[in-house]
Formats: sequence, C-alpha cells, structure tokens
Amino acid sequence: MQIFSDSFTTAFFLIISGDPDLYEIIFLSIKVSLTSLLGSIIIGLPVGAFLAIHRFKMRSVLLSVLNALMGMPPVVVGLIVYLYLSRSGPLGFLNLLYSPTAMIIAQMLLVTPIIAALSAQIIEDLHIEYKDLFRSLNVSTSKAVVAYIIDARMSLLTVVLAGFGRAISEVGAVSIVGGNIDHLTRVMTTAIALETSKGNLSLALALGIILLTIALGINLLAAHAKNWVMEKQDV
Amino acid sequence: MSDSHTQKPDLVTQLLPIEFRSISFNKSGNRLINNLSLTINSLGITIILGPNGAGKSILLRLLHGLDKPDFGDILFKDIAANYAIKRKQAMVFQNAVMLRRSVKDNLAFVANLHASKQEPDLLALLDEVGLYDKQHMPARRLSGGEKQRLSLARALVAEPELLLLDEPTASLDPYSVQMIESLLTKLQRRNTKIIFITHDLNQARRLAEDVIFMHKGRLESFQSAEDFFKNPNSKFAEAFIEGKLIF
Repeated sequence: MQIFSDSFTTAFFLIISGDPDLYEIIFLSIKVSLTSLLGSIIIGLPVGAFLAIHRFKMRSVLLSVLNALMGMPPVVVGLIVYLYLSRSGPLGFLNLLYSPTAMIIAQMLLVTPIIAALSAQIIEDLHIEYKDLFRSLNVSTSKAVVAYIIDARMSLLTVVLAGFGRAISEVGAVSIVGGNIDHLTRVMTTAIALETSKGNLSLALALGIILLTIALGINLLAAHAKNWVMEKQDV
Repeated sequence: MSDSHTQKPDLVTQLLPIEFRSISFNKSGNRLINNLSLTINSLGITIILGPNGAGKSILLRLLHGLDKPDFGDILFKDIAANYAIKRKQAMVFQNAVMLRRSVKDNLAFVANLHASKQEPDLLALLDEVGLYDKQHMPARRLSGGEKQRLSLARALVAEPELLLLDEPTASLDPYSVQMIESLLTKLQRRNTKIIFITHDLNQARRLAEDVIFMHKGRLESFQSAEDFFKNPNSKFAEAFIEGKLIF
C-alpha cells in the first residue's frame, strides 16, 4: 500500500507546486465538462419537459430510447463522433477532430440523455400533482414548464450533478475524439490513462485523487446549496 | 380584501343561470354522470350532496371545464363555456395542492398570471384567511386546515364570479371550518356565486340556499335547502338525511 501514501504525497505536492501543466489539464477538464453540461441542460431540459407534459403515440418509445441511451458506452459515442468528424466523415469539413469542441460534442451526447430522461420523470411527477390546479388557473404550457422547473429545482440540481459526474469522469469518448494531445486536448481522465499505460502508477493515482477531490468539492458545494434552500423553502 | 372585490354588483349575472342540458360523462366504460339536467339560478350558496361515487366531484369538474361531457351542454347565461367564462371561475380542490414556494408566493403566482392584485392586496387576503403571520413560511409546511385556507385565498386572487369547492372542509379542525364558512358567507354577500360539495349535513343546513342531491351519477333532487331538509323529493335523499345506507 506504499503506492497510496506516495500518491497522496505526490498529489499534495503537485497541487501546491503550481505546476502549470497540471493546472492546464485541470482547467481544460472543468471547461470541457461544464460546457458540455450546459449544452446538455439547454437541450435535455426542454426535451424532458416536453416528454413529461405531452402525451403522444411514440412517447413511451422515446422515453425507452432515452433511458437506454443513459447507459450508452462512451467508446461507442466516441467512435460515432469520430466517424462524423473525421476528414472523410459528413462533418469533416469543420476540422473539429482532436479539438476540445469535439470532446464537448461527445460528452454532450453522453450527458443529454441523462438530463432529458431524469428531468422528464421529475417534471412528470410534478405535472401530475399540479395539472388540475394549473388548468383551473388557465396557466399556459410555457408558464407551467417554468413553474415546474422552479419548483423542482432541487431535484433537477441532483440531475445536473449526475450529468456533471458522467462528463468529468468520462475517458473513452474524449480520448477517441480528443486524441489526448498535450497542451491541446489532454484532460484529467486521459492523462490518468496515459500515466497508467506508462507504468507511472503513483502519478496516475495522484491525478485520480485530484480528480476525485474536484468532483467531491463540486458535489459538496451543491449539497450545501441544496440543504440551505430546502431549509428555507421546504422544496 | 381590496375594495375592488367588495364592489362588483352585477358581475354574477354574467354567469347565471348555469344550465346543465342532458349531461352524460363516461370513464373507462362506466357512466359516471347520467343524463343530468338542471338550471342553477340562485345567488346563494348551492350545495351538492350525495354518497361516495355519486358523481359530485365529476359534476364540478365538468362545470369548471376540467373534464368534457360526452353528451350534453353546459351553458352560462345561454353561452357555452369559453376562455372568458373560465377566467371568471376558480376551484378549490379537496386535496390542497401547494406550490413548492412560500405562502405569499403561492398567491403571487396567481397574481402574476392575472395581473389583478398587488402585494398589499395579497397580504390583505392572507390576513382574511388568518395566514398573514405565516406569509414567509413554505406552503408545504402548513397544517391541513391552513393549506385549505391558503387554497381558498389563492382561488380568490383572480376575483372569481363563480367559486367551486370540492369538500374544502373535509377532515379540518373546527376553527378552520368556521373560518372557511365565514369567508364563504362573506363572499356570497359580495355576489360571488358559490357551488360547494360537502358530506356534512349540518354544514349544508348552515350554508345552503339550494341543494343538489346526486346518486349513482343521476340527479335525484334539486330543491331549496328548506324544502330539501323538510320534504326531500327523493327516497334516496330522505335516506341520506336520515343517515341510512343508500344502495
């Protein structure tokens, strides 16, 4: 277990040393994950709300597809994005392969189904509770959706955190479409994979500890905010 | 409550008489309302009575437009329900639905929809239902009686001309029942037409001007309250008043 104590020491010194390469990797990881999360929220939340409120023929099929997509293997997503963005692919002219944008697209494909499917369930529960009241008050669909999102904000925050967790911890897709290029597309997870493959286990584990600390810090912050709001508003 | 709410002398005449013309409503193959016809013309409180499963709540939902009849029409002063007519109605449900917001914000939500009330009006409404001191409290933390009083206040934000209540005092403490009854009496004096479902015969005696009695989706009796309790014109209504089981 020497390796674990060495890793904690390495991680500690890496952080306090202010190593610019490390911080570049950390900031790129966070930037790519947060951007893909934001894009997924913008797309996934309205899709989830639409599926929660409206009843139509293919609704249950669409929900089943979304649920299935939540468990889609990242390497498959990476491969699909790769095929689209490669020079011979339909979107090859955009020259996005091996760029942070390609990584964001791949992560969005992974996170959007999570946001859409889980928010659909949460909003549907609220819709069932509020439906008669809102019809009685002549609340328009758009105002109802805004009300659902406001009133379900704490549950939706948990969904967003689940999406963030999926994005920041993902390695398969980003390594395929990003290529793990130093100073360009190297993020925490791909750096860990690289150091592991080089046999530099202590450094890999140190990077893993830093990644876990970041994820834990963001979750603790969100949990604190959630508890504060629940205490104030009982939502 | 605002002055605007106390001064609406002829508003109620815009919705009365309310006429049910041969209404039938089916759900899952069951006929829940069966060829019901009646005309409500009184300005006083109309109480709907009947055993469980009589179709009372469905009748109120049909009147409010939450469900649509399979056959027949519902007319308000000879006009079929439209958006303008629906805007003049409000309904208080048996299970008070609280938005996940503060007590005051539950009223503000409706006020923002109708742009009819300002904050002082909302606070006056809260004062009237005895919830002024709890305006900042999360609505979902209120007791059952307080929730129902908030539901009533929320229904009044839009100043309805027709107020429909589905057992609003079921399982409430005597104080809440008294407060709701007193508020309903005040509203009725201000020319708000009230149609109210209850199982409480004493409450019906206290409040009703006329009584609709339903059984198995049929209209059994529609009489003035005085006539209904003295000489009910239905054997089922008579049995119901005597507290007997009705089959």
